[in-house]
Parts: sequence; C-alpha cells; structure tokens
Amino acid sequence: MTLQNNTAQTTDPTEAPSAKRRPKGALLRLISDPLGALGLGLILLTVLVAIAAPLSPYAPSALDPIHRFAGPSDLHLLGTDNLGRDLFTRVLYGARIALSISILSTALALILGLFLGVLAGFAPRWLDNMLLLLLDAAKSVPTVMLALVLVTFTGPSLWAVVIVVILVNSPAYARIARTQTMTLRHADFVDAERALGANAMRIVFVHVLPNIVGPILILAAMDIPIVVGIEAGMSFLGLGVRPPTPSWGSILYDGFSYIRDSAWMVIAGGLPIVITALGFTFLGEALRDTFDPKMAKK
Amino acid sequence: MLTYMLKRIALSVVVVVIVIAALFVMIHAVPGDPVRIALGPRASEALIAAYRERMGLDQSLLVQMLKFYVAILHGDLGQDVISSNPVLTVILAQLPDTLRLIGGAMIVAVVPGILLGVFSAIHRGSVMDRLTSILSVSVMAVPSFVIAIYLLLFFSIQLGWFPAIGAGRTAPEIVWRLILPSLALGLAWIGYTARILRASMLEVMEENHVSTARAFGLPERRIMFNYVLRIAILPTITVLGLGIGQMLSGAVFAEIVFGRPGIGKLVFDAIIARNYPVVTGTVLVTTVFFVFVNLVADLLIAWLDPRVRNDLAK
Repeated sequence: MTLQNNTAQTTDPTEAPSAKRRPKGALLRLISDPLGALGLGLILLTVLVAIAAPLSPYAPSALDPIHRFAGPSDLHLLGTDNLGRDLFTRVLYGARIALSISILSTALALILGLFLGVLAGFAPRWLDNMLLLLLDAAKSVPTVMLALVLVTFTGPSLWAVVIVVILVNSPAYARIARTQTMTLRHADFVDAERALGANAMRIVFVHVLPNIVGPILILAAMDIPIVVGIEAGMSFLGLGVRPPTPSWGSILYDGFSYIRDSAWMVIAGGLPIVITALGFTFLGEALRDTFDPKMAKK
Repeated sequence: MLTYMLKRIALSVVVVVIVIAALFVMIHAVPGDPVRIALGPRASEALIAAYRERMGLDQSLLVQMLKFYVAILHGDLGQDVISSNPVLTVILAQLPDTLRLIGGAMIVAVVPGILLGVFSAIHRGSVMDRLTSILSVSVMAVPSFVIAIYLLLFFSIQLGWFPAIGAGRTAPEIVWRLILPSLALGLAWIGYTARILRASMLEVMEENHVSTARAFGLPERRIMFNYVLRIAILPTITVLGLGIGQMLSGAVFAEIVFGRPGIGKLVFDAIIARNYPVVTGTVLVTTVFFVFVNLVADLLIAWLDPRVRNDLAK
C-alpha cells in the first residue's frame, strides 16, 4: 500500500496507465506488492512449520533435565527450556496450536457475525436496535477483562480462548454485515428477484451473503494477528492452553519466569508471535489495497 | 446537539446495564456451586450455609439480580473474600497506579505520534512517510506483552538500566519505573496515532477554508498548524478513547511483567485465589471506565469539531 503511494494519485481505474501497470490476476497483484509478498511468505513459513513439526527429532514434551537452559547449538537450534525440552520443537508444535485456534475461532466469529448482521439487516427496527445494543455492550468490555472473567467461571481451556475471540471479534463483522445487508436489501436486483417470487432464504444465501463475504474476509485476515495475540496472551496468563501442551504464550511465560537463567526461552516464545503477527498484518494490508481500493488510504 | 448528547449518554447507560446483567448471568449460569468452589472441598456444611447467606445466594435469581443493581448503584461491589474489605475500596486503592501507567503510555503514544503524523502528511510520499507507515503497521500487530517482555529482557536484565520489579516510592523512582511499561503499552499507538492524523490532515488539507487561507497567501506553516492541524487532530481523540480500553487490557500484562501494583495485578491475583467479588468488581469498574472514556471522547468531538457540530445542528 505505502509503496504504491506514487501511483496512488492515479488510482482511478478508468485511467489506462495505472491499469496497465497492474498485473491482472488477484494473486499476482497481491504478491507484486512487496509487503503482500512478504506477508504471504511469513504465513506460508508458519503453515509449513506447523505441518512439519513431527519431523523434529525431539518430542515437544520430552524432558532432559541435565541439559536445561542450554543456548542454541547444532543439537538444539533455539536451546532448551527450564525442563530441558527442545525449544525449537516446542515452537513448531506451538504453531499448530496458534494457527488452528486462530482459524477455528475466527471462522466461528465470522459465522456468528454474519448471522447476527444479516439478521439485524433484515429484522424489524426494534430487533435491529436490540442487536446493536448487545453488540455495543460486548465491545465495551476490555478484552483481557472478558477473558479473565470468563475463565474464572469456566476454567482455563482452548475453548475459553475460542469463546473470547468470538465475543471480541464478531461484533465488528456483524456491523459490516448489517450495513451491507441493509444496502443490498433494497437493491434493484434483489427487488426484482423478490418480484419473481424468491423467498428470503434464497435472497440471503444467493444474493446477500456472496456480496458481503469479501470485505468481511479481509477484515478477518487482518484480525488473525489479534487472535494469535489473544491465544498467546491467555496462555501466558495461564488461562488458555494447559501445560504441557506447547503454546507460544506458555513458552513465553516459562521464559518470563526464568528470564534471569536464560534469555532464549523468551526469545523463542516471542519471535513466532511477532512473525505471524507481521505476516497476517502485511497480507491484510495488501489484500485490502488489492480488493478494495476504496478503503485504501490516500 | 443536546438531543445527541442525551442520546449518547443514555446509550452508554444502557450498555453498562447490559454488561452488568451479562456479568450476573455469567456468575449464575456456571455449572457447580460457587460457594463450594470458593470455599474448597473441605468446607463444613455450616460454613457453606453461612457463606451462602452472607452472599445472598439463598434468594431467588430475580431478587438477587435486583439487589445486584441496587448494590452497584450504592457503590457496593461486594466484599473481598480474603481481606473482607469492600471491593470498591480495594479497587480504588489500586487504580492510581494503573492510571499513571496508562497516562505514561498516552504520552508515549501521543507526542511522537502527532509529530510523525504531521511530518508524514506534509512530506507525503517521502521515504520517512513510507517508513512511518510500514513501521506503524508492524508495531501495531505485535501484542504489547511481547514488547513488554523484550523490553524487560533487554533494558532491565541484559543492560540493567531499569529495575525489573515495582512501581517505586519517591517521585523520580516512580517516573523512572514507569518508562519501560509505558513504552510497552504506548509503542503500538505511536504509529496508529500517526496514521490517523496523517489521513485526517490530508482530508482537511483539501477543504475550502484551507484553499482560501492559501489564496490569501498565509505562510504554509501557519496554515498547517492553525487551520489544518486544529481540525485534523480531532479524530485522534476518538482513537485514543478506544486506545485507553486496549491499554487497560495491556496494563494487565505490563503490570505482571514489570511486577507493578495495579488493577491488572489485582484481578490476576484474584483469579488465582478464586476471589470472585474482586474479579467481577474489577471487570465492572474497568468497563464503566472504558464506556465513560469513549462517551467523553464522543462528546468532546461533537463539541469541538465544527463539521460534526454542524451535522448535528441540521
């Protein structure tokens, strides 16, 4: 986006020069943006790492107390932790947790948000207002407080993380879905379809949803680093993944507890969070510029 | 204008009422007896009954809920299970430290953020502008607790420039120990503030009054600061209002990482001790605080921004 600033003055799509300069396919356009390419690369790296985790010669929870707090070496690429577990292996397995939880919870938040948004868009005024109020209320509780209070009553688990993400993220999706539904609801082609006798289901699934999924998916991609952060943060506070399951957040917490013994645990736990966060953010920025030039900054 | 203000205030009140109801439902919808959980498996029946009565858990749900609201209106958030002090007192005792931290983070966010934003808007498309933009996106994405731990590792543990634990007693100590946690919380908002300000300035620069000022031959510097920045800075108020809520979340981590007293530390310890009244009380206080800050931000905008003011007058 930023690197296109010079061409930004001529983003009028009808203008030939800038249209020519841009490659045609969406994917090509995406990776022709250096930030987009970098983002995609970082994400692919994370995904590969998550898939390849079992190739590591160590088990993620295998103890080796004699070699604890070891620095990086040929044997242990990122060193070992307070129990002598191989940090690199734990980071690899942590990628599985981080990715699967982020994707699962974002998908659920997306579905709930879409459902509530479309419902509010079609609903009578009073129901619409009520839903809006509920969304506002859900948004008004600081995230960590929400997580803390939820876990106090449910106990720490992966599902607690998923629920927090749904509560935190779905209001934003619902709002967009609602606005878009309201616009589409009275669009000419929908009126025509209705005149032809289409029922509400057909209008929602065939006409409304396909038109609103795009912008929301982009928003969701940009939210993934936040979700990775929530998972890591909750695991850091002991509210998410339970030990000995390796999560980047819990590696970070162990590292924090032993920060005076070894810096490597903290580095190993934090680095992957930074890498995925950057990857998804860069990709999200590039996606937004590629698919929605209106939203792109001047 | 007045109707808008009243509506906005009423909305905030309704939101708080809903949050309280949700909190109440949550406390009561949980499987398992909260009394037994709080007192542990070895509590005697007599003790359980006494505790149940003291907490009013033997009455019907509707009565309990009404009592819940009435008590909150009286500022009674219940009793700290461990120290038996009123929860509100316990929270208010911790609040100044957290507010100081958020204040520090605000300074970290706003001062460089405004400077960078103005610079980027004036020198649009320059190397510095692009660098600011990329850096702000990057820093925004990284969770503040990761930044906090890396700052602790580098500046406190490796370099030893800052003490690792505590908030300090004397004024210089307090300021010195605020630096790292404020940085951890505020860093992400430098770029965000700069970005919003830049976009807003670019928008205002195209408005008629700016062209008029230019046509009158006013010096560029004066146009920027007296005519553009004065209006363009307003949207940052909304952003920072939202920022305070996120900083409240971040403060929990910063307080734990840097071993500071405060709301975050309080609620975290309360959870480990299963001290429910303190947990719900803290959530309530922080939510009210957050809703209030956003309300003030919105009202400030409506009052200060002539464009919003005129829209509302129509």
